[in-house]
Amino acid sequence: MKATHIKEGIYWVGAIDLSVRNFHGYLTQRGTTYNAYLIIDEKITLVDSVKDTHTDEMMSRISSILDPAKIDVIICNHVEPDHSGAISAIVEKNPNVTIVTCASGKKGLEQHYYGNWNYHIIKTGDTYSIGKRSFEFLLTPMVHWPDNMICYMPEEKILFSNDSFGQHYATSGRFDDEVSHDEALYEAKKYFANIVLPYSAQVIKELEAASKFEIELICTSHGVIWKKYIAEIIQEYNKWARNVTKKKVVIAYDTMWKSTEKMAYAIYEAFEQEGYEIALRNLQVNHESDVMTDVIDAEYICVGSPTLNSEMMTNVVGFLTYMRGLAPKGGRKAVAFGSYGWNGKSIPGVEQFLKDCNYDVKAVFTHQYRPTKEDLQQITTKTLEIIKQNN
Amino acid sequence: MKKYVCEPCGYIYDPAEGDPDSGIAAGTAFEDIPDDWVCPICGVGKEDFVLLEE
Repeated sequence: MKATHIKEGIYWVGAIDLSVRNFHGYLTQRGTTYNAYLIIDEKITLVDSVKDTHTDEMMSRISSILDPAKIDVIICNHVEPDHSGAISAIVEKNPNVTIVTCASGKKGLEQHYYGNWNYHIIKTGDTYSIGKRSFEFLLTPMVHWPDNMICYMPEEKILFSNDSFGQHYATSGRFDDEVSHDEALYEAKKYFANIVLPYSAQVIKELEAASKFEIELICTSHGVIWKKYIAEIIQEYNKWARNVTKKKVVIAYDTMWKSTEKMAYAIYEAFEQEGYEIALRNLQVNHESDVMTDVIDAEYICVGSPTLNSEMMTNVVGFLTYMRGLAPKGGRKAVAFGSYGWNGKSIPGVEQFLKDCNYDVKAVFTHQYRPTKEDLQQITTKTLEIIKQNN
Repeated sequence: MKKYVCEPCGYIYDPAEGDPDSGIAAGTAFEDIPDDWVCPICGVGKEDFVLLEE
């Protein structure tokens, strides 16, 4: 396999994982890439690596340029194994290789690989020269592990952003202008919603700090390199990180005998009348990671579950737990609903989850057995009132 | 009052600001925060905080 030329002396030497569909619970319908970058300078430098399963692919791409044993320096921006998984293989070839990372990066690497490696520890604002080029570092803890950092190469105007601005998106194109723009943006949004979202406050700090850099390329660790659409992806990140919502509702539910589904559609009816963008998602057939992508810019979150054996249905519990962990903020409004047979314990359960997310729960709709047309009309009417009151 | 830093993620608890989102009022000393409070950024407990040396 060959390396992809990025700029004079700079190559992409990562791996394309076309088959991965489950990334620790995140459904990756379009696969992903693990991006590593090789820089030919006085010190031969590798920025990040790949998942261990793809070590051979990375080595093959590096070997198309030079012998991997000649690598002098590895910049480790993030310890997670999809980026650090092939560092050991380089260390085996060259035990003297210098690993440049932050203090928590060293700690994390030691807790993953137990190696007695040669480290050079940097902190925010430090620079590291590799010859004609250099790196300036910015620690970005919790975007999305404690060890995360990004680095900027001023001579080439490249930001190596690691997970920030990434997408789980496997294509043969390496740059944003070689692939479907809509797909790349959607996958960036999905990545933000499912990975980066809990750390939005840090993303805002990162964006502010990075705004002083003049950037020609954003070399991410997943998906395509941003070149043509840098301003757009930064603008989108600013919106997502600041919880900017639009006139949109997510209605997520599970149903046993269609009563809760009818209630979902009664809520739908009200939002339709008010001209909202509506994402109605039956959780039996929609993956929670896709629904999270819908949630990120939604003003209303409505969640419904029938009562099964005194509990919520597990699809709903799974989704609510996942959403609570990702913690989208921003004063969102919520509705809990569901039907039941003899005890309606699922619905307060949904309501509690929504409150735990710090959402303003505007209504709770509960119905025993099958709602009549009139019952459903009442739900629509009440929902309409809520929308109008909160406009 | 003294500031404390979260070792895993670097969040700094500043008593002057408190952590209103978690119900910790401005002016609350770190020592007076309930034991079940967690870092608002990464979720670890008080035991993972250390005194910030300034």
